[in-house]
Amino acid sequence: MPVYLVEILITNKPLAKDPEGETIHRDLLLRSNFSCVKKVRVGKLLMMEIEAKNEEEAKEIAFKACNDLRIYNPVAHTYRVEIRGIKE
Amino acid sequence: MNIRVAVLKFPGSNCDLDVVYVLRNVIGVDARLVWHKEFNSSDWDAVILPGGFSYGDYLRAGIIAAHSPAMKYVKEMAREGKPVLGICNGFQILVEAGLLPGALLPNDNLLFICRWVNVRVETNRTIFTRIIKKGSVLRMPIAHKEGRYYIDPKDLRELEENDQVVFRYSTENGEISDEANPNGSISNIAGITNLEGNVVGLMPHPERASERILSPFGTDDGKLLFLSMVETIKRGAL
Repeated sequence: MPVYLVEILITNKPLAKDPEGETIHRDLLLRSNFSCVKKVRVGKLLMMEIEAKNEEEAKEIAFKACNDLRIYNPVAHTYRVEIRGIKE
Repeated sequence: MNIRVAVLKFPGSNCDLDVVYVLRNVIGVDARLVWHKEFNSSDWDAVILPGGFSYGDYLRAGIIAAHSPAMKYVKEMAREGKPVLGICNGFQILVEAGLLPGALLPNDNLLFICRWVNVRVETNRTIFTRIIKKGSVLRMPIAHKEGRYYIDPKDLRELEENDQVVFRYSTENGEISDEANPNGSISNIAGITNLEGNVVGLMPHPERASERILSPFGTDDGKLLFLSMVETIKRGAL
């Protein structure tokens, strides 16, 4: 069975303040003349290698893990799952 | 009456012995330190989840401990209406385990904050605030980096309507203001309870505020939470 490279990106919901993103934006980018950068949100990236029959199943496993184990906190976070390829 | 209180220890807990000390020597109950893997019964009068950095705060403070098999019995005790108290990291664990609503996010200023704060008691219908007059202000220290309580506006209204907000950061005189809010918690929330009032979580450390000699103000307000718990257990019901 193939092993899929799966990325899970967890970010704060739009309503939840993201002080880390705000600080990077205000005190790093804007101070260094990157005024073209209008907003920064910080997230957490989990890179998983998941053995599955196909892409859909790999995604489903990732979704199930996130929901069952509360890998993200549904009150404050949203997440998305992306397949990045198959492990050679 | 011999009151048996379990103080759970997870890998990375570090306020466990302070809680045991206060319960035994200040409050006078039979407190036991229990390794989380050996917590295999709900046959206790109360359980306390102490502060610290369980599992190194990996992924998110409290989330990994929330999946410890010990939580099965903590949930059982919560269901049975027994006192369950989460202090600091213990509060984070209770939230991540779904026993209390909301989330505890990194502090507004992104710093670890360690200092004394004032909290106003918002309700005395919980097991841990029963003997405290509503509106009184308690001095206790906080020590955390992920203590910014968050819940979406709709659920916040529900929390308030259900009288589930237990403590709010305030000034010495009990005014709720932004200046008195150390971490950016929504609505200055420092501690909450479940609907039934037997499960309480708070970010401040009552165990560090239970002896006058340890307080820069000569206060021992934290003791009141533990005395409330004992009082309730003695009376036999919430």
